[in-house]
Amino acid sequence: MSVAPPNVCVVTVTTPYPTTGAPRPAPGPAADEGLARRLKALACTAPLHDLDVRKANLAGEYSVYAMAEVALSAIDMVTLNMDFDTGADPEQIVTRLLPRVAAQSPRRPVEEHERVARWVLENLINVGSVDRGFRAVYGTFGADGAYVRRDYDFKLIEEVPGPGGGVYLRTTDEAVNVLVGALDTDVTSAQIAAEVKLEVLISRGRLADAQLAAEQARYRTVQYAETLRRALEATRRNVRAVDWLRAVPDMIAEALDHVADRYRHENAILTNIRKARDEAEDPEHKRRAAELVDIVKDCIRRHTQLQSRLLEAGPLFRAEQDRQAFASAPARAGLDLYGQLVSPVLPLPVEQASRVTDAFFARGAGFRTPPAVRICDLVDVLLTPPTEREHLGAAMPEPDLVATPADSRFTEEQLESALELLDLPDDAPRRLSGLLADARRRDPELPYLVALLAVHAASPPVGTAYRQGEPRLLFSVDDGEELTDPEFGGADLIVGTARLDTAGMAAARSEIA
Amino acid sequence: MTEYRDAETAPPAAYGDAAPAARSGAPSPVTAADAADAARLVSYGLQPKLLPARDAEYAELIRRHREEPAFARLADAVAAGLGLIVLEVSPRAGMAVAAAEDSVFAVRMGEYSRRAASDAADRFLHGLAHLATATMAFPRPEDLADDGYIGRITVNGIDGFVRQACRRLEERAEEQGENTDPASDAPGLEAAWRVWTRRSATGATKDARRLAGSTTGIVGKAVAFLVDSGFLQRTGDDAGGTFRTTARYQLQVRDMAGSAAMAELLELGVVPVSDGSATLLPPDDTGELDLVAEAGLPFHESDSHRGDGHRGDGHRSHGRESHGRESRHSQEDQHSHS
Repeated sequence: MSVAPPNVCVVTVTTPYPTTGAPRPAPGPAADEGLARRLKALACTAPLHDLDVRKANLAGEYSVYAMAEVALSAIDMVTLNMDFDTGADPEQIVTRLLPRVAAQSPRRPVEEHERVARWVLENLINVGSVDRGFRAVYGTFGADGAYVRRDYDFKLIEEVPGPGGGVYLRTTDEAVNVLVGALDTDVTSAQIAAEVKLEVLISRGRLADAQLAAEQARYRTVQYAETLRRALEATRRNVRAVDWLRAVPDMIAEALDHVADRYRHENAILTNIRKARDEAEDPEHKRRAAELVDIVKDCIRRHTQLQSRLLEAGPLFRAEQDRQAFASAPARAGLDLYGQLVSPVLPLPVEQASRVTDAFFARGAGFRTPPAVRICDLVDVLLTPPTEREHLGAAMPEPDLVATPADSRFTEEQLESALELLDLPDDAPRRLSGLLADARRRDPELPYLVALLAVHAASPPVGTAYRQGEPRLLFSVDDGEELTDPEFGGADLIVGTARLDTAGMAAARSEIA
Repeated sequence: MTEYRDAETAPPAAYGDAAPAARSGAPSPVTAADAADAARLVSYGLQPKLLPARDAEYAELIRRHREEPAFARLADAVAAGLGLIVLEVSPRAGMAVAAAEDSVFAVRMGEYSRRAASDAADRFLHGLAHLATATMAFPRPEDLADDGYIGRITVNGIDGFVRQACRRLEERAEEQGENTDPASDAPGLEAAWRVWTRRSATGATKDARRLAGSTTGIVGKAVAFLVDSGFLQRTGDDAGGTFRTTARYQLQVRDMAGSAAMAELLELGVVPVSDGSATLLPPDDTGELDLVAEAGLPFHESDSHRGDGHRGDGHRSHGRESHGRESRHSQEDQHSHS
């Protein structure tokens, strides 16, 4: 490593033991291992502390910002926004961090807030180090009692390639451990505990605690999805890398049960909180309940997503098995690049492994023809002025515009006139025959347009009106009456206007969303 | 080459006696024009992206090489003199040549990547990227052996494949309670897989290009280099860039790189055992699972190998084999028409 990543040194200071007769300072490998584990856990939090230490080095006055708080919040957001397939969008994370940063120092300009958010995010990724990660040094006693300093490499937020070539963020296990200490526990049991807690809290009206429990439940859901994602990804590469005989089917069955279970629970919880929200008098209470509704809805969304993936898992496995296992029989024996090269090389020490990869590179990368320049050409090349880059590109030809003749059957004025005719009061619907007669008096062409609009109104766009929250909607009904008109035949429709409950629709829309 | 056609210069003695001309049936001496043609064929071979199907003169020289042993020997001698190893001369691959180790055409790691020259970890990562690219391009032994096979790879797929293999090693080390953290004063003894795991997969840059030091950046460099070597062809931009292999790449990996790396591995005392079949075998404890014959595959890797293979990535199309054959035939067809 020519550029060492900023080291977060966690070095234990141990006193050397002078004689062999003295009691050993390390009581045994198990205790030593426990110590190493705790040192690693401690190291994971170090980058967060480090932020507050290093903010003094930033150009400008940044001491008002609590960087560790912003960092934890960033880890939090990346974890929650991690999608099933990709990670969280970095820009979105920065945007969502802004309110918190702004709250810490509301008088500072927005640019500064954004700079702080970006600085924290970049430092959590550790942009600037080669590996974009952190390294901590800790000491252990080897089997022979010798003290060895070891490097512990870890990442908090890692950048992963997303669809379309973008870069997305994912939190690592280490970061999740920093965020919620107990996530090493069994996913299912932790989930059940959180559920029970949530229900109790809601029934007692302790909404603040309930929110915390709900959020924790959501972290676990994310973790579940992550486990499945990894298994499926591995399957796509190689069906046999994953135990599809027992482990994965068991997991899928378990996860499906879990989704069904969670869905039922969360819907019950949702009903409860909605009631709490609507009945609450205290505005603070009401706000918390509303937030809880959002969180639980997000949980439900995630479960639905997880479920659809679970249902796809079986077919995916079968397709991959067909593709991978029943591919054409071997023509003749060849070199097994994975089994005979990659697989033995990876566990080797990097020094030795490099010799193998060097040999592969030297013979496998192809050749390059060395450029040979004549001295007279060189002079020409050096004296040639650089070609001017056209910044704007070639000039665009002036487009030859031809005025298209207006070929609409009806003019704008006619449409306006027809709509005006059809702008009926909601308590007084009219017969189509009357409307047609009125239209004919205004303009001999107008009845056609009115008839067309009336026929369209027989199947009014209710869905669109609902989504767009329109206050009124034109409709027409056939009550069996025959139309008597010199130009048109058919039913004498009753045309009227229905008023829609905009407030109710808006509320229903937001509930569903 | 025409200017030498009528030249009356004496043929080189070394080739003159052993050159029965295939066309006339009577022995005819090798002329300077033949030498020029042979050198021209080698110069075509030095343009790896050029295919005989696209160039009538190249195709004609390939045909001469295949039909006239004397001319073939002459062309091979020209190549050998330039420090080139002839892998194959065929309408599908053209004159596939590889650079010998001390040749002026050989690519050195230090020229390939400046960082790799000074940094042991980067050097390894660049080498592994090439090895992994070949592995993903030819995941099974038979893929490397089958001349009609065309591999399809993606940059993200290669990175994902190596990461997955590394993760398995990490899990295994954890299961065995091994401490894989390297000693601070001996970075060379760090397990190779850790170097890849540690490096970030991608990273945001100011100009929206791929971060050169990330693993996808390193793989991206490798495939771009292989495209310039005429070993890969770019087919799309999905998943960091999708590519298909050429006949030359298969030859290069099969006849040059694979064996060289194997020799190095054997020298290190690591002897990978293979019976020529794919690495993944049914487990020995099949009986315990009470499997009915042909009821399904047991999805465990064999204990003797302890290596988990990853054959093909998700982006490879299902019809890859048939497609490969088709395109080979179409190439040959083109050639026969020309």
